[in-house]
Amino acid sequence: MTETLKLLFNATTETVYMVAVSVLIACFFGIPLGVLLYSTDKGKILQNSLLNKIMGTLVNIFRSIPFVILLIMLIPFTRWLVGKSIGTTAAIVPLSVAAIPFVGRLTETALREVDRGVIEAAQAMGASPFQVITKVLIPEALPSIAAGITITAINLVGYSAMAGVIGGGGLGDLAVRYGYQRFMLDIMLYTVAILVVMVQLIQVLGDLVVKYLSKNR
Amino acid sequence: MIRIRNLTKVYTSASGTVKALDGINLDIERGDIFGIIGLSGAGKSTLLRCINLLEKPTSGSIEIDGVEMTGLSPRELKEMRKKIGMIFQHFNLLSSRTVRGNVAFPLEIAGFDRKTIDEKVDELLELVGLTDKAKSFPSQLSGGQKQRVGIARALACDPKVLLCDEATSALDPETTLSILKLLKDINEKLGITMVIVTHEMNVIKQICNKVAVIEKSRVVEQGPTFEIFSRPKTQTARNFLKSVSISEIPEELKVKIKALNGNLAEGRVVKIGFFGEITAKPILSEVVKKFDVNANILYGNIDHIQGMPFGTLVVQLEGKNGTADSAFSYLRDIGLDVEVVEID
Repeated sequence: MTETLKLLFNATTETVYMVAVSVLIACFFGIPLGVLLYSTDKGKILQNSLLNKIMGTLVNIFRSIPFVILLIMLIPFTRWLVGKSIGTTAAIVPLSVAAIPFVGRLTETALREVDRGVIEAAQAMGASPFQVITKVLIPEALPSIAAGITITAINLVGYSAMAGVIGGGGLGDLAVRYGYQRFMLDIMLYTVAILVVMVQLIQVLGDLVVKYLSKNR
Repeated sequence: MIRIRNLTKVYTSASGTVKALDGINLDIERGDIFGIIGLSGAGKSTLLRCINLLEKPTSGSIEIDGVEMTGLSPRELKEMRKKIGMIFQHFNLLSSRTVRGNVAFPLEIAGFDRKTIDEKVDELLELVGLTDKAKSFPSQLSGGQKQRVGIARALACDPKVLLCDEATSALDPETTLSILKLLKDINEKLGITMVIVTHEMNVIKQICNKVAVIEKSRVVEQGPTFEIFSRPKTQTARNFLKSVSISEIPEELKVKIKALNGNLAEGRVVKIGFFGEITAKPILSEVVKKFDVNANILYGNIDHIQGMPFGTLVVQLEGKNGTADSAFSYLRDIGLDVEVVEID
């Protein structure tokens, strides 16, 4: 029993680690990407059709590659970046790469919902594009962006189950190796139960953050 | 103050081109409250938004205080915009900021330090009467309060000009009056030039000293408000005047006059429009004595526009041997706007 607990504990830690770090990296790159996707669009504050087309296409390409394939495709890149291509840390690279365009699109969508009039009011006051982004667009869209990050985190929990392909470990990997390949049904059920709880927690936490950010609005 | 010459704005889309503004010329002087009235789609909002270049004019010139707006670099334009306040129909407040934060917003953009901002915001909130709402969020305010925040925000950087884009169109009549009063106070107290775009003649009547009527992308009539109200030259202006029902004869009365006209052997139903000093003179009694006619007042209406009395009187003049006609000519000769009321 202690053996099982230890397995489950380690796998849970690995999943939390992979998901948490990937979410942070995805936000760090994805939110600016979303801002660029939005603001370089036609009629927006930094209109630039060429840049917009290039970024849009890249985002679409990365989003259409199945995650299992992406895991393998990125092996050389991962080795170059973190010095190894297997293990939990190595799995963070493809997870982040998959999540960045996702966060980008969700951020873009969130920004589109910001009232045009408010942006115009800021421009009429002499705000620069940078000020419009930092003082209007992002604060106004923050609740939607937070909701988007919640969705991303939950998606990453799902993706992280495939990290076993490159020896990333985690709950999904444990379920496959022990639950499926060794017919240990109990482990399979435990991992699923932990994943369910984890997703619930992320959603509840995310909802709380969104609620906090949108209070008084 | 603001000088607009030959301003044209053309929108080009896949389905063709639309001329939103066509050769607009306007002169707005310092301290004016200049009204721009027109139906929706006439181009009045586009015109207003061209003044601070939210819309880029296709051709023509806009000068503010001698500065040609269309020739400014992006950096210069940003600086210039800080001196042009703007308020909007839907207020356009930041939902993520409190009242205080919204008013502080333009000051932050302009790069003032925290202390200056705090002092200025307190001052502005007091000016618009919202000191007790400083910590509220826009969603907790009424429409009128939101517009007051908008006004405080627009005044934050001590603008020389305030542009009002249908600022009262989303408000109820009572709130509209209180906002207009606030604007008028600000105009008098701070001497800020205001340009007000509206489709409500009442707004013009309440506070504008000058007005331009826009129809189909062109200015069809412009001048002092009083002038337009007393002597509208175009049908569009007359239609707008109907909405404030100042010189229009009510329908019921028309029916009565029609009957009278049929029975009147010798006499006339005349409409007298009077304005300015002449309203102080006892004209009617003078006419009665001089021409030995009877005068029966059927309808009357007096209003004040920009502090000047302005009114309409419908009078039935009765007299024998053409005396009614002589009285009519006399009224016209002394400079009143008189016409025989014919109802068909």
